[in-house]
Amino acid sequence: MAFIKTIRGIGHRVINAVWRIGVAARFFFLTIIYSGNSFRRFNLIIKELFSSGVMSLIIIIVAGLFVGMVLGLQGYETLKRYGSESALGVMVALGLVRELGPVMAALLFASRAGSAMTAEIGLMKATEQISAMEMMAVNPIARIVAPRFWAGVISMPLLAALFSAVGIFGGYLVGVVQIGVDEGSFWSQMQAAVDFREDVLNGVIKSLVFGTVVTLIALFEGFDAPPTAEGVSGATTRTVVTSSLAILMLDFVLTAIMFRGA
Amino acid sequence: MPPSALVEIRDLNFTYDKRPVLQGINMTFPRGKLVAIMGLSGCGKTTLLRHVGGVLKPNKGYVKMDGQVMHELDQAGLYAMRRKMGMLFQFGALFTDMSVYDNVAFQMREHTNLPEDIIHSLVVMKLNAVGLRGAQNMMPSELSGGMARRVALARTVALDPMLIMYDEPFAGLDPISLTVIGDLIRRLNDALGATSIIVTHDIQESLKIVDYVYFMASGVIVAEGTPDELRANQTGFVRQFMHGEMDGPVPFHYPGADYRQDLNLRA
Repeated sequence: MAFIKTIRGIGHRVINAVWRIGVAARFFFLTIIYSGNSFRRFNLIIKELFSSGVMSLIIIIVAGLFVGMVLGLQGYETLKRYGSESALGVMVALGLVRELGPVMAALLFASRAGSAMTAEIGLMKATEQISAMEMMAVNPIARIVAPRFWAGVISMPLLAALFSAVGIFGGYLVGVVQIGVDEGSFWSQMQAAVDFREDVLNGVIKSLVFGTVVTLIALFEGFDAPPTAEGVSGATTRTVVTSSLAILMLDFVLTAIMFRGA
Repeated sequence: MPPSALVEIRDLNFTYDKRPVLQGINMTFPRGKLVAIMGLSGCGKTTLLRHVGGVLKPNKGYVKMDGQVMHELDQAGLYAMRRKMGMLFQFGALFTDMSVYDNVAFQMREHTNLPEDIIHSLVVMKLNAVGLRGAQNMMPSELSGGMARRVALARTVALDPMLIMYDEPFAGLDPISLTVIGDLIRRLNDALGATSIIVTHDIQESLKIVDYVYFMASGVIVAEGTPDELRANQTGFVRQFMHGEMDGPVPFHYPGADYRQDLNLRA
């Protein structure tokens, strides 16, 4: 009996998981279908760009600076063993533009803006604001979800670019200003080695994918949250956990596709 | 449907999770009238209101609003019908990221192409009608419960709906706010020539303002009539509900095992 119970429990979990993926996919398609209004009234997206993008600037800048400084220190220590300190700029730039910029910015975005989106929409649901909107013949997916979705998709590559730029500056501060790596080699080797299509564009594509996935998870979790305090807190936690895992898994997949043999 | 009825409910049945919530409900809401649906918590009042708003679909029967069966409408039809309705939620459900002014202007901006100066005049008039013209720049978090309910009322009637639904409009209000909201519900209904449905268990306040009452218990209508008829009604459930008696058809004790047995007493 216990065995059958266990099997039944596993079955239930699997069915629930598949069911949720289906509901999330439907939610995503509805968001795309009902996006027209957001672009006709672009001020709705601008308002959300401020909440999710501009309000994330501080955390992105501070984190980017420190990550770049650590890269500068670690990179110098490693490169020094091979007498290649002059390649520090290349190492810092490629590390940031290809990997750390998109990934770290997405992780920070998930915990700062993603969790805020989930909590906001979850609370709107709990306080019947979404039901009120429905009763006013205003589609909540078009009015609440779509502008936030596009704000997330637009702001993610910008934040990732900013993270990389500030990170490179951090690497410069540590490598050139503090340790004394030659400034000319730092910048010129970076310029020569970083390819726009191979490195920068692929990084932008990564951050676009991360932005889409993180924002979608955050919005879906908020929209799907049970309308209770416990339900909203659980949904907020799931947003951060699911987004973080999705970012790391997708990063591997995208890296394997983009940089295989490059 | 009688020509004067805006909403008609016939043989409405709804089951949730194999549990019958509404059974054979028949109600008529004449145009221009204020009708209350009363009953204990969990008796199916709000579920009924959700059927009128087209949020839920019945298992049997129908809700007809302005000649159209609600559950047969597609999304566009349903949204067109909802533009003729307004609903006041239990705690107002104001949009917390918008000011009082923007809350009231919300539907005007969403559904009309009115220029902003006309919207301004309309919003100020609506807020003036609920006595909160001076609070237009406040945020919902700065309002008291009674004020929030009045702002929500102004938002509900923003587009002069044909049908106004109220879900527990008196819940959690102080005596002054209670009277103000009750008075506003009646005055707005008459001024707009609208039809109103109030779901409530506040007997004293609602009997002062409504034209007709339906009493519900366990998903069925157990009594109906004008406020005077119900005051004179001495049958079991209505009497217990009207006078707030502890015991009666609705028992004080939840069904359980024998009391002596529970106390482990010998016979």
